[in-house]
Amino acid sequence: MSDTIIQIQKVNKWFGDFQVLKEIDLEVKEKEKIVVCGPSGSGKSTLIRCINRLEEHQKGTIIIDGTEISEDTKNIEQVRADVGMVFQQFNLFPHLSILDNCTLAPIWVKKMSKKDAESLATEHLEKVQIIDQAQKFPGQLSGGQQQRAAIARALCMEPKIMLFDEPTSALDPEMIKEVLDVMVNLAKQGMTMIVVTHEMGFAKEVADQMIFMDEGMIVEKATTKDFFANPKSDRTKLFLSQIL
Amino acid sequence: MTINNFNLLKSKFQKKRNISLIVGILLFFLGILDFCLNNFQNKNITFFLPGSISFFTPLIFAVIGLHLIRIEFSGIKILDKLNKNINTSNFNAALSSCIILLLIFALPPLLNWFIFDANIAGDTKEACTGGGACWVYIKVWFNRFMYGMYPNAEQWRINVTFIAVLLFMAVGFFVPNRLRNYLSFYYTILLPIISFILIYYIISGGSFGLVWVETGAWGGLSLTFMVSFFSLIFCFPLGMMLALGRRSNLPVVKYSSLSFIEFWRGVPLITVLFMSAVMFPMFLPEGTYIDKLIRVVVAITLFEAAYTAEVIRGGLQALPRGQYDAAKSLGMGYWKMHIFVILPQALKLVIPGIANTFLALIKDTPLIFVVGLLEVVGMLNLAKTNPKWLGFSMEGYVFAGIIFWIICFSMSKYSQSLELKYKTDR
Repeated sequence: MSDTIIQIQKVNKWFGDFQVLKEIDLEVKEKEKIVVCGPSGSGKSTLIRCINRLEEHQKGTIIIDGTEISEDTKNIEQVRADVGMVFQQFNLFPHLSILDNCTLAPIWVKKMSKKDAESLATEHLEKVQIIDQAQKFPGQLSGGQQQRAAIARALCMEPKIMLFDEPTSALDPEMIKEVLDVMVNLAKQGMTMIVVTHEMGFAKEVADQMIFMDEGMIVEKATTKDFFANPKSDRTKLFLSQIL
Repeated sequence: MTINNFNLLKSKFQKKRNISLIVGILLFFLGILDFCLNNFQNKNITFFLPGSISFFTPLIFAVIGLHLIRIEFSGIKILDKLNKNINTSNFNAALSSCIILLLIFALPPLLNWFIFDANIAGDTKEACTGGGACWVYIKVWFNRFMYGMYPNAEQWRINVTFIAVLLFMAVGFFVPNRLRNYLSFYYTILLPIISFILIYYIISGGSFGLVWVETGAWGGLSLTFMVSFFSLIFCFPLGMMLALGRRSNLPVVKYSSLSFIEFWRGVPLITVLFMSAVMFPMFLPEGTYIDKLIRVVVAITLFEAAYTAEVIRGGLQALPRGQYDAAKSLGMGYWKMHIFVILPQALKLVIPGIANTFLALIKDTPLIFVVGLLEVVGMLNLAKTNPKWLGFSMEGYVFAGIIFWIICFSMSKYSQSLELKYKTDR
């Protein structure tokens, strides 16, 4: 049990009258890679946004690395600092250069010295292969480059968990691969990852577990091999037949 | 065969084109000539036409002329440029002609009034013999327009203070990079304190062997500057806090900001000033006294802060939610998120709106006459009732207009340069 890093129990969430999450149970172990898929509106983004409390859940418990996430969480910023997130729309800060995007949070949240933060940022930017763009502003970069910068920015906080919210959905087909390559590398280095994506090729390559969500519920949870070889529910079969 | 035909067509076309070009130019200048004769010589060359048509002949000639010279591509540079810029359609041609005729109509008398018939030599009313402006009036009263009732012998104190404040303001340009982060602190807190101390000890006097000059005697443009300076500096951070407060999740903060903003936006400035001067002292405990000028500055600041708050809130609202998400996901709290991510972007978006509010503030300052403080327009109103100098209010208002225009235009230019400076492609 000690290596369970995320524990989600009976989580419910409503937007007004509409229930987006219904009795979600999920357990993630350290270094585990989980891919969440499902049709749009099925609540998968909401689920991972609940993990770092960008959305608030109304019922159930979410425990991240021993800290329960709730209204009373005093150190929600501390939890967020340990959970990196990559968004569909990149959400880089347009008024800062790529390097400043990466050093901002380490300097002001982790109280790192500017020099240390910069060398850390350089290291991660090298890893995602955009070190030559470090002085440019986000608006001057292609979508793929921006998304890789966003990954580097999240990594600069040295998080224990990385959340990816449809990281390739806003990209041109040619740029998807460069982003996925970075994510595959990250997975190989042993990062705990929860990825919402429709890229089934990526899922087959890195995922330990697959989760299929529909209408706010986890319809199917299985190891990657089982998930693709013999899906149990009809809804999953239908989805897979359309997407593959 | 076809080639021949084409050439024939082309030369025919060219001939026709040249004729229309010449006729067009002639007609256009005929229109202008007609207009000039009408205006300056009182001669009507189209007297044989009925009055209403005769009145419009210059315009009609000019428009037809422009219509005839509207050629797709002539190869003549001036003509092409003209067609492209002022003569793209008959409607544009009509508008252009109207403007040209209006300029011809208005410019000469304006120039005459301003320069050719104006007087500037001498220093009594009798020196103004021409029909134009009497700049002597401005010259004689210039000192008062600048310094109000401040004693002549002491005016160097105002100059010295202003130069010192300007130097302190210029610090931002020379600061080493290492200290850049503290600049906003310097400008919003240190600079006002330094300026206040300078103004208190030098302009107000009363110590260090300087004669005490009460604020009632201050006035003119220097007072405009002082009131605007402090109001601008204070209303910006206050407005920022109010804008954030209005979007806050804490009900007390939210509703107090909201009611503050709605209160100050709902009352006219002139009432606020009046209250600050007449009503406010009644609420003060016996024996305490706050200077009229300070009360006025506070009133204007609070008033404009409400407007600034709404402008800034517009910028905050314009930011995509993803920016908040990204900042939060990196572990930034409320203040870090706003200081490093949200406000820099929001403020950049609202530079035009802020400039608008600030210009309005500067142009609102003359209203402080209701409490007896006479800045430049107030001094003009005072001077125009001086029995020795009756009848020159026109010159005075033109002068004030020019001064305000210069101040506001340079601020507007500065805001544009800021917009350019902070432009990073989104």
